Amino acid sequence: MSAGAGAGVGAARACAACLARTWLIARLAGSIEIARHHKRRLREILALSEEQLVAGLGGARAGAIAEEFERLDVDALREAVEGSGLEAVCRHDAAYPARLRDLEDAPAALFVAGGAGRLEGLVGADLEQGPRAVAVVGTRRASADGLEVARALGRGLAAAGVTVVSGMALGVDSAAHAGALESSGRTVAVLAGGADVPYPPSKARLHRLIAERGCVVGELPPGFVAMRWCFPARNRVIAALAHMTIVVEAARRSGSLITAEIAMDIGREVGAVPGPVTAWRSAGTNALLRDGATVIRDAADALDVAVGIGRHEAAVLHLEPRLRTLLGAVADGRDTLAALAGVPAEVGPTLAALTELELLGHLRRAAGGRYVVIPA
Amino acid sequence: MLARVTTFTIDGLEPRRVTVEIDVRAGLPNFTIVGLGDRAVREARERVRAAILNSGFEFPLKRVTVNLAPASLRKAGPGFDLAIACAILAAGGHVPADVLERYAVFGELGLGGEMRPCRGALAVAEGTARAGLTGLVLPRQRALEASLVEGLDVLGASSLAQVAEILRGGERPPPPDRDETVLALPVRHLDLADVRGHTDVVEALTIAAAGAHNLLLCGPPGVGKTMLARRLPSILPPLSRAEAVEVTRIHSVAGQHRGAGLMAERPFRAPHHLISASGLVGGGAVPVPGEASLAHHGVLFLDELSEFPRPALEALRQPLEDGRVAIVRGQRTAIFPTRFLLVAATNPCPCGHAPSPRCRCREGDLARHARRLSGPLLDRIDLLVHVQRPDAERLAQEPTASSQTERVRVTAARERQLQRLDGTGVTCNGHMDARLLRRHVRVPDDVERPLQDAYRRGELSARGRDRTLRLARTIADLAASDDVLRAHVVAALGYRHEMSPGVGVAA
Repeated sequence: MSAGAGAGVGAARACAACLARTWLIARLAGSIEIARHHKRRLREILALSEEQLVAGLGGARAGAIAEEFERLDVDALREAVEGSGLEAVCRHDAAYPARLRDLEDAPAALFVAGGAGRLEGLVGADLEQGPRAVAVVGTRRASADGLEVARALGRGLAAAGVTVVSGMALGVDSAAHAGALESSGRTVAVLAGGADVPYPPSKARLHRLIAERGCVVGELPPGFVAMRWCFPARNRVIAALAHMTIVVEAARRSGSLITAEIAMDIGREVGAVPGPVTAWRSAGTNALLRDGATVIRDAADALDVAVGIGRHEAAVLHLEPRLRTLLGAVADGRDTLAALAGVPAEVGPTLAALTELELLGHLRRAAGGRYVVIPA
Repeated sequence: MLARVTTFTIDGLEPRRVTVEIDVRAGLPNFTIVGLGDRAVREARERVRAAILNSGFEFPLKRVTVNLAPASLRKAGPGFDLAIACAILAAGGHVPADVLERYAVFGELGLGGEMRPCRGALAVAEGTARAGLTGLVLPRQRALEASLVEGLDVLGASSLAQVAEILRGGERPPPPDRDETVLALPVRHLDLADVRGHTDVVEALTIAAAGAHNLLLCGPPGVGKTMLARRLPSILPPLSRAEAVEVTRIHSVAGQHRGAGLMAERPFRAPHHLISASGLVGGGAVPVPGEASLAHHGVLFLDELSEFPRPALEALRQPLEDGRVAIVRGQRTAIFPTRFLLVAATNPCPCGHAPSPRCRCREGDLARHARRLSGPLLDRIDLLVHVQRPDAERLAQEPTASSQTERVRVTAARERQLQRLDGTGVTCNGHMDARLLRRHVRVPDDVERPLQDAYRRGELSARGRDRTLRLARTIADLAASDDVLRAHVVAALGYRHEMSPGVGVAA
């Protein structure tokens, strides 16, 4: 934690320097947009220091912006963050996901809806120590089948205690979030603009639901409306937060392929859901598969990679506590509904939970109404 | 000399008016009965002659011809005795013919002139009222039953002499004690409170009762399947008066109505597995209701389902689908209602010990067992419930439910269904067809996928999906939920019988 930071106090506990940098990038957003058109690599820009940013992008107004940056009122920024209902965690904060440091151009701070503490529980620390996460991304113009697959992946991964990371875009992204919300709710949406601005606006309800049970994050300050460059920039955060990036459906030049590429660059796993070779929506994913991405058919395939084959028990440990307890009881030999439910009020919920475990592939029914644990 | 007396015969469950005509004329003494009667009707000659003589009347030493009109209708049973005797007495001027025109008479006679009860008194009384007659003379033992029909002058007599006395304007018999016909909650000797353990099965019984879902109990011998099934009627809502009358009529026609008056308790029928198809659904030259109809508005329990002959189970198909069965005999069709709740029970394997190492069955035996269970009947069964031997700890527990508590839940759930299904002609979830199901059960988005997955893996058929949703609707009703939620569907899936080892694959 850097000296002088107001870390740990209030919602905007990010240090002054980091907050100032997010301000600067937002201030220069228009210039970044133009610079990107001139073939300046976006990620090189985002890796620049503050002085370099001002000098390189400020153009004629570089002096004025430098002066503005010098006299920046960080307390006003903090107030703005608090006013928006977000929390800010910077790279010097323990709650900042250490795994983002694998990016050379890691964001200086993240603005979080849903709480810094919860963010830490979902994607905190580095890949070795921290909770497992899988990114599920894909085209905005997904097929009905693609939506179902994304939803099922989201549901299955979240049920196994793996955090589902995505971008809340239309199509695949939203379906993955929705799926995760249907089970444990472990999901993180990374937005291109301010985390308090639902984008796309039609997903305002999903935005609210994710903020209630998971987290919505963004690297740009509250209220910031995303520009085009922000989307590929957002993709690097998605890739870095997850152990693995799964592309469900993507056309040949889809933005989700950028996420997959970044994931590969920083040593993350990449998976893709195969599709018909004639489907334009699957051209990008099929190409990924040919280049060696893992074939993903369902959540179990993803868990094999993200959690590890033979580490199934680890996945079980991430089940909802209620289901985990039940699974343990079945493994201990209390393997019938009669043995598990003692009072009438328990019968319905217990049966539902057993079937839930059956649907998740942890149990199967055997003769005489017994349930048997399916070994990993 | 000619006389006419009105009586009734039972055709299926319907009373049919029969006019007994008598012609007495000079000639060699002779007594003939014509009019398509069965053997019991022809034998009536001997009973009637003896009864008349032993009651102190004279039997005309003339040529006596009795016709049962309409002559095309097949007539069975001894119920015409009294009508024939009255016709002869009327022809001899012993009873006034004009009084006889306003009354129907019905009953069997003994040789000494005493009246014997016979089947179908309620149906006959209904026919009498419908025919616009003033009253009905019948054996005293059946007067209470006949008096269930409002506005009918029911005269219960114990002998032919008394009948003649009444018809001549003599002392009328005391009216049947109406108090007994009051539809009170019957005293139940079988209560769920007697059950120790089996909490899960009790809950399943409640669901079955709440939505009228057919149920299959699977478990080793002696574990309590029959004991549990017998308690199912105790949690069904009480019979309405109309239902009770219907039940009484069927049992009366079948000669199974042992008591008097209204049957207020829901029937529980448990036919043995050696029963024939016609015994199960009804049949005979003159069709009589079978077990399926006797279980109308009640419970039909088929223990050892896999032991029932295949034709008998096949015959249950129509009754289960339509709630009634049509028996065709020549040109006539008898329709018997069969709205029963089916509870079937089976062993998990031929030896009965399947899950435990004690099972001695070979793979082939198991496959055969499963094959016998699958098929059309299983299609109509919504719940599969495994009954396990409760452990010692559970046996020592105090009972957690009583018939009273469960019946309150069932009645509340039924009330919700009645409101929702108002105007559809269906009264409970278990009877909803695919069309009604689509209209009244909206599948929550978050369960569509698991259902489809199960379907794709072959664990759920299209019919199975319907069964699951019907059941989910009832589980939601029991939870007083207007919407079917994911938890309800998932719980319902837990009762599915497809791909369930030991029960075979259905549909």
